[in-house]
Amino acid sequence: MPKKENVKKVMVIGSGPIIIGQAAEFDYSGTQACRALKEEGLEVVLVNSNPATIMTDVHIADRVYVEPLDVEFLEAIIAKERPDSLLATLGGQIGLNLAIELDKKGILKKYNVQLLGTQIASIMKAEDRELFKETMEKLHQPIPQSTIVESVDAAKEFAKKVGFPLIVRPAYTLGGTGGGIAHNMDQLDDITTKGLMYSLIGQALIERSVAGWKEIEYEVVRDHEDNCITVCNMENIDPVGVHTGDSIVVAPCQTLTDREVQMLRTAAIDIVRELGVEGACNVQYALNPDSEEYIVIEVNPRVSRSSALASKATGYPIAKVAAKIAAGYTLDEIENAVTKKTSACFEPTLDYCVIKIPRWPFDKFVNADHTLGTQMKATGEVMAIERNIEAGLLKAVRCLEIGLIHMDMPELHKLTDQEVFDKVRKVDDERLFTIAEAFRRGMTVDQAHAITKIDEFFLRKIRHIVELEVRLKSEELTPELLREVKERGFADVTIGKLVGKTGLEIRALRKEWKILPVYKMVDTCAAEFDAETPYYYSTYGVEDEVEDTPNKKVLVLGSGPIRIGQGVEFDYCSVHSVWALKELGYETIIVNNNPETVSTDFDTADRLYFEPLTLEDVLNVIDREKPEGVIVQFGGQTAINLAGPLNDCGVKILGSSVDSIDRAEDRERFDELLTSVGIPRPKGHTVFDIEGALKAANDVGYPVMVRPSYVLGGRAMEIVYNDDELKYYMNNAVKASQEHPVLVDHYLMGTEVEVDAICDGKDVLMPGIMEHIERAGVHSGDSIAVYPPRTLSEHVIEQIIDYTNKLALGLEVHGMINIQYIVRDEKLYVIEVNPRSSRTVPFLSKVTGISMVDVATKCAMGVSIREQGLEPGLKLFPDYYAVKAPVFSFNKMTDVDITLGPEMKSTGEVMCIDAQFPRALYKACIAAGTHIPKSGAILITVADQDKDEVVPIAEGFEDLGYELVATAGTAKFLEEKGIHVGRVEKASAGTPNLLDDIKEGRICMVINTLTHGSDATRDGFKIRRSTVEHAIPCLTSLDTARALYKAMGAMRRRHVVSVVALQDLKTE
Amino acid sequence: MQKVKGKLVLKDGSVYEGTLYSTHKAVGEVVFTTGMSGYQETLTDPSFCGQIVIFTYPQIGNYGCNDLFNQSEGCCYKGLIVSELCDEPSSWRDEGTVMEFLEKNDIPVLTGVDTRAITRRIRSYGTLQGVLVPADTPDDEIQALLATPEEHDQVAQVTTKKVYTMGPEDAKYSVAVMDYGVKRHILECLVEKGCKLTVFPAETPAEEVLAIDPDGIFLSNGPGDPADLKPEIENIKKMIGKKPIFGICMGHQVMALANGAKTKKMLFGHRGINQPVRDLVDHKICITSQNHGYMVDEDSLKGLPIEVINRSLNDNTIEGLRYLDHPTFTVQYHPEASPGPSGNAYLFDRFIKMMGGH
Repeated sequence: MPKKENVKKVMVIGSGPIIIGQAAEFDYSGTQACRALKEEGLEVVLVNSNPATIMTDVHIADRVYVEPLDVEFLEAIIAKERPDSLLATLGGQIGLNLAIELDKKGILKKYNVQLLGTQIASIMKAEDRELFKETMEKLHQPIPQSTIVESVDAAKEFAKKVGFPLIVRPAYTLGGTGGGIAHNMDQLDDITTKGLMYSLIGQALIERSVAGWKEIEYEVVRDHEDNCITVCNMENIDPVGVHTGDSIVVAPCQTLTDREVQMLRTAAIDIVRELGVEGACNVQYALNPDSEEYIVIEVNPRVSRSSALASKATGYPIAKVAAKIAAGYTLDEIENAVTKKTSACFEPTLDYCVIKIPRWPFDKFVNADHTLGTQMKATGEVMAIERNIEAGLLKAVRCLEIGLIHMDMPELHKLTDQEVFDKVRKVDDERLFTIAEAFRRGMTVDQAHAITKIDEFFLRKIRHIVELEVRLKSEELTPELLREVKERGFADVTIGKLVGKTGLEIRALRKEWKILPVYKMVDTCAAEFDAETPYYYSTYGVEDEVEDTPNKKVLVLGSGPIRIGQGVEFDYCSVHSVWALKELGYETIIVNNNPETVSTDFDTADRLYFEPLTLEDVLNVIDREKPEGVIVQFGGQTAINLAGPLNDCGVKILGSSVDSIDRAEDRERFDELLTSVGIPRPKGHTVFDIEGALKAANDVGYPVMVRPSYVLGGRAMEIVYNDDELKYYMNNAVKASQEHPVLVDHYLMGTEVEVDAICDGKDVLMPGIMEHIERAGVHSGDSIAVYPPRTLSEHVIEQIIDYTNKLALGLEVHGMINIQYIVRDEKLYVIEVNPRSSRTVPFLSKVTGISMVDVATKCAMGVSIREQGLEPGLKLFPDYYAVKAPVFSFNKMTDVDITLGPEMKSTGEVMCIDAQFPRALYKACIAAGTHIPKSGAILITVADQDKDEVVPIAEGFEDLGYELVATAGTAKFLEEKGIHVGRVEKASAGTPNLLDDIKEGRICMVINTLTHGSDATRDGFKIRRSTVEHAIPCLTSLDTARALYKAMGAMRRRHVVSVVALQDLKTE
Repeated sequence: MQKVKGKLVLKDGSVYEGTLYSTHKAVGEVVFTTGMSGYQETLTDPSFCGQIVIFTYPQIGNYGCNDLFNQSEGCCYKGLIVSELCDEPSSWRDEGTVMEFLEKNDIPVLTGVDTRAITRRIRSYGTLQGVLVPADTPDDEIQALLATPEEHDQVAQVTTKKVYTMGPEDAKYSVAVMDYGVKRHILECLVEKGCKLTVFPAETPAEEVLAIDPDGIFLSNGPGDPADLKPEIENIKKMIGKKPIFGICMGHQVMALANGAKTKKMLFGHRGINQPVRDLVDHKICITSQNHGYMVDEDSLKGLPIEVINRSLNDNTIEGLRYLDHPTFTVQYHPEASPGPSGNAYLFDRFIKMMGGH
């Protein structure tokens, strides 16, 4: 059947900001879907609040609305655009939930919008626990003994019947929010309470735990003619008990017999057919490792994180196919984009194996609970492709960028054997490394299996790696041995370390002995058919499949896994750079390893290499492809870190030179530059030890900002107010040394301003200036940014233009530069300069209409700004405001302090645009998921130094009709200023105290600032955490609070829901 | 088996080195199969008789072996080529490694080779004769081996030597099975559907088969070139129209030949468990398990009372036929799966229906 006749204009819902449980995979799937629909000549209206995505680019959809993913705004867009259809199964759980809500509220009916793809009834059968249970029972599909509860008592009742352990799964949430395994009544009480809160419908499933069973997933695609295929099956190396998003996963299944594979495949197809899914669906099972008994854990009737992984693992573009099915096609009518000869109606077969390892944010949230369970904690993931498991695992470890090149964690060396063996019991982010270490210390596979329940098959692969280490240490390094360990994925650096050589020496030896990687193609069919897609992975085999071309080539380095501080925005940049290079006539090559992204789609670059971003792996690709040079400025710190080593190996770095990068990053060289052009910065010093730090701090004066040099995302950055705090920081937060100096700067309180500019060596183009709402000291990635600036004087703006010109030209930037300034008393100071793309580039590109990466890439390739038809200088400000607001995933991370500071904590961002600033800010708050209550009590608890400042804010909220409450001290202070304040008891007081007030819903918002160096910090921490657990807003910066009450005031005066398409912005 | 440095030499001169475990040098037609699971079912599939088989999936033997999975008594490969064999399997089903299985059946195996490179070679040049030999084998010996005439008696090697029965005596249907190298699970499927089976050696005269007065006749899968089965085809001619007939794979091909159609060799065949097939009767598309190097020649059907009922979605070749003048239908693929997707067992029901069932 050809495409549906009555479909002309389709609205697509994106998934919004990156949060834990919902990462870049939906940018990838959404972009594919929009393109697939446009290919059919359909008009596409896209709604997504996340500006850092490719999918919100103006050429991906006909109408792009970067607006809150909220029913009120969606209705406004529907009313304005009048789409005839809605596609909601490609925007993750958010998209699905919105579709259900739009349907429930009768909005789809009112505007005569049909839902494409999987229908509401099908979605409900998978999502609603009771309907799901009924459906599975009808199909005789086993599900765990379970009950659905809407109260804690009901959960306890069930526990009395079936016993522990029990798994709590809240209905309608993301990434298992609020779920967990309970081993006793207390835990059950706690987890169920939270779970019911996070569930959109106040429901949770309590089920018998099958922890320790194999966890298996199937990705299924079905069309409306009932053709149904499984794209891929996957086996979690971590057995049931760890969220699949936090599990190490291998594709295809390794330890299942064909009978088991087919049994689960048939079940998956039966389920998907019964649900009536039209598009993609994911089915998760637990399989008893000692029988063919299984249970269906979960069904997701939509494109998911797993389907993104399955797409990249097999080459089968699930999202694209799902979109075509939604448009009315059947599987056999859709072309297999990889072979171009066969149809999409087949099942991919692999001749390699794929390993996925999650990337966790524990490097940022050091104090967070590292335990992995049913609640997902990873922010991103990496994928490695190889021809054996060992090599896949080691490649994936290299992809992670956690400072490790091998399955060997130096921190574990210090532990005694017993400590290592004990640690194997801990289900945390380090388990893989702990197991390897335990094998080094003599643990047996059987012992490790008894503890972890990880299948012996995988444990033996890890042990094999350890055995090879021993051989390298004890045997002579022959060509045979070297080839053997290379085939098993050992890095040159690892081999070198074990035999007493450098990585580059091993590399030279390999070249001499002709032990070189070959590149093989991912083709969906195990070479049965000739494939057209240049999607490659390396392996130490015989035949290389890369075809040589005579074209000029450029290699673009990607940015690896999504993590805090390096999100989807850098993928956006890499993709745009590729596009610009193609426009200039270059053949483009991308190296990256993140399966969730657009950059790793096989039709983004001319050639895709799915590889770790380490020197060795990148050099190997360069050896094979011989590009003219490498672009590093768009791949975040990952790529920047490779610039120097690549340059040392004779690789040409295109655009700003390694020297430019070094001059910006090296403190002394940077100071020299600033002095020479006469630009001030907060006074500071580079120190190597505690004594130096104390001396420096007293010289520049407290408060001081301290941080290790070479950081991204403000890692380990803090503001300290006295010697004691500084000592604590130097002893605990960093390891200062000659190689790793620490920077101590005077902390200047002022307005923070950020500029992204482009320089061609002669001229500088400044598309815009952004002003932060929060004062300096809050990491720029966690601040609300406003474009254009609202409070800067003509004079300051002129200074910004002047300094930006001087810095860009002084650093001889060819391409992108990002500068952060502080404005204080009409004076401008520079605090940071990065000669690379920053996280604000997609935002600024979208709101100024200048596609900055394209321009910068062309500058890097020698095409000047003027030659590109652009006028250098600062672009005129438009007559609207754009607000970028951070989004956090604190509800997934217990034990993390949510106070904003110099250390970045947000996982994603949203953007909103309006003619008026307050409305833009209000929209951004809604888009960021800050549920601003219409009335209720606001708890104010601030540090002494902030009490004066909080007065007008308190008055502001009081004027809006809110009730204010505070503890005795603050209350007294505010009352003296004439503000009515109710009293609450301190958290440290007996019950009922303010924590009970929060828990029982008597407080609707909290304004809390950090108290320095006092015991109250612990109370503050508890208050802040309880706001997260109970999903009420907590403002930890008075600047945010101030801006917010003003915005709310404006909205109270005139509640207007206005939406605007990026295509309609008058950027000129 | 002895472990030596070994190699695969293809007739076109290409050489692939690896580690060879064998007691003898092997020669055979080199084919590849793309299934990711079910290696033991594949190893025991008699249709591979006389061939050197490449498994394109690189990690083989992970869950060991278990007699439960056998599709025939042993393995009739000339040789096996894999990237890696797991020597310490992990599964509750594990009763021995693939290497032990191969040793027991005396099948040479070449490991540690770039199987994808060989597969690409065969895909481009077509199925080739090849030898598995120790690396130091003199060239003239290799050439002599490569010149070994092709076998034409594979079916004789794998068919049952004597008649036997399977299934309950009081089963609703009696089916005569012509065994050209039948996979065990086909027989199990028929029994499960309520049939009592009498399994005949391939060359059993038609009269003898018809003498048991079966409700239907089943023509099995099997190895080699269908055109080699001259006596079998003559026997089928005598059975046509007498009883409802269902054929799978080789059975499909010999039935076509018996009706005056022709078969031809494919470039590299269909071997895997992910082959999409369109059922032209109910317009469904099925993912099927396949293993064949020959096919019915479409041109030869012209003017014959035969209807194509299934086609490959990949290359549009014939995957199923219905005979308009007599109650017969056949498929090129394997509805019994083992290994492979199990969604096609409805074809057995169709056969039951032809025998008067519902």
